[in-house]
Amino acid sequence: MQSQDIVARSGTTTPSPSVRQTTEVAKLIDESKCIGCKACQVACMNWNDLRDDVGTNVGVYDNPQDLTPSSWTLMRFFEVETEKDKLEWLIRKDGCMHCAEPGCLQACPSPGAIVKYSNGIVDFISENCIGCGYCVTGCPFNVPRISKADNKAYKCSLCSDRVAVGQAPACVKTCPTGAISFGSKEDMSIYAEKRAGELRERGHKDAGVYDPKGVGGTHVMYVLKHADRPELVGLPKDPSVSTMVALWKGATKPIATALMGMAAFAGFLHYVMVGPKEVAEDEANENAKEQA
Amino acid sequence: MSDPKYIERYTPKERGNHWIVALCFILAALSGLSLFHPSLFFFSGLFGGGPWARILHPFIGVAMFLFFCITMARFWSLNKMTDADRTWMKSIKDVIMNREKDLPEIGKYNAGQKYMFWLMVTCMWLLIASGIMMWRPYFAASFPIDLVRVAVVVHAASAVVLVIGIIVHVYATIWVKGTLRAMMRGNVSAAWARHHHPGWYREVTGGNGGNTGGK
Repeated sequence: MQSQDIVARSGTTTPSPSVRQTTEVAKLIDESKCIGCKACQVACMNWNDLRDDVGTNVGVYDNPQDLTPSSWTLMRFFEVETEKDKLEWLIRKDGCMHCAEPGCLQACPSPGAIVKYSNGIVDFISENCIGCGYCVTGCPFNVPRISKADNKAYKCSLCSDRVAVGQAPACVKTCPTGAISFGSKEDMSIYAEKRAGELRERGHKDAGVYDPKGVGGTHVMYVLKHADRPELVGLPKDPSVSTMVALWKGATKPIATALMGMAAFAGFLHYVMVGPKEVAEDEANENAKEQA
Repeated sequence: MSDPKYIERYTPKERGNHWIVALCFILAALSGLSLFHPSLFFFSGLFGGGPWARILHPFIGVAMFLFFCITMARFWSLNKMTDADRTWMKSIKDVIMNREKDLPEIGKYNAGQKYMFWLMVTCMWLLIASGIMMWRPYFAASFPIDLVRVAVVVHAASAVVLVIGIIVHVYATIWVKGTLRAMMRGNVSAAWARHHHPGWYREVTGGNGGNTGGK
């Protein structure tokens, strides 16, 4: 990616280069078309040259158990009773949502360790990562993972390298059922609404699009069969960057920084305007006299 | 009785402990401030870059806390607030403007110093507790994320309060001449003691500081 494509940069208080405008992209994951084959996980490993440790079988399909520094996407399987006596097997491809207002980027203290490109992709620039884990604190979707080997944070890059040269992310390219599609955010939003409508016509009365406004919308969207209850598939209902994180990283920081500087300057002003407290030597003499 | 020119205020152990805590504070503050606001990130260069600042900061912080525990234990009872302290606090404006008339007699510490002590104690406890909750890679993962989110706010807020407190603490030493000597050499002049801490002066010179009968 060209540096001119970076529209937001962590640990930076001045505007990033913003003359270039590229089309906002989005990945759309259609839950109803997913068969849980994990081809996306394999493609992700393959393209990004990641090999996770071989895990252990704990009796469920989820493998690995969770996102890891080298598993950036993961099929999560849910057996849920959506209504009484109606069991459903729901599958969701988990990974970074590429928020328009990323909590990770807001929380990150290291200049340029997290960037947002003008196409909407949020990327970790690992060489600038200091390993503090603030991105984990900032993320409303529990996505970044810190490597035990190098203490750096990792997550899905939405294949920013592929997208930069006009290719779809590896997971999209490999999906055998067409459950994952990729294009402009606008096109994907229209397509998502269309798909949700089709699902509603076919009896999934609660089908809808997951593009949460609390984080300014996301560049990974879902068509969910139960959009009224995203928590069924482990998604937060109304995600937003925690108010604690907003309080921590918002206006309070520059104000507090200024306060600390002003405290030191107030001391200097006091010294030149009011002056020091000095005890005259003769006070000591008087002291001695008084005692005598 | 004899009136010594200088009176011991801090023992060598107290001085050593104070300056270890002070050094830890400076290092913890600089490395912490580097992650506090982007405009201060350059402080991380003093520690060998961002990752090193992140690695060293919590260890320095723990060292500061442990040595401060000694300070805390040693000075705890000397900093108990009295009614005289509360009266003294009412005239804080006069104290700041160097108008020192009709103030209640001050012992080893005045109310301002005592408040500073309790402020430091409070901040240190908040910092160590919240700091452990956000310490990666060792402890943060063991705490629920919502608690970590509270911890980062508590840590940043108590750090700011402590930094401002220390600025006041350091300035008070520059302001009140003859004070630095107490922590560098361990003693203060008799005139200083009698002027600023008459109650303590009387106590250490054998209950005959000149204030007992007259006033």
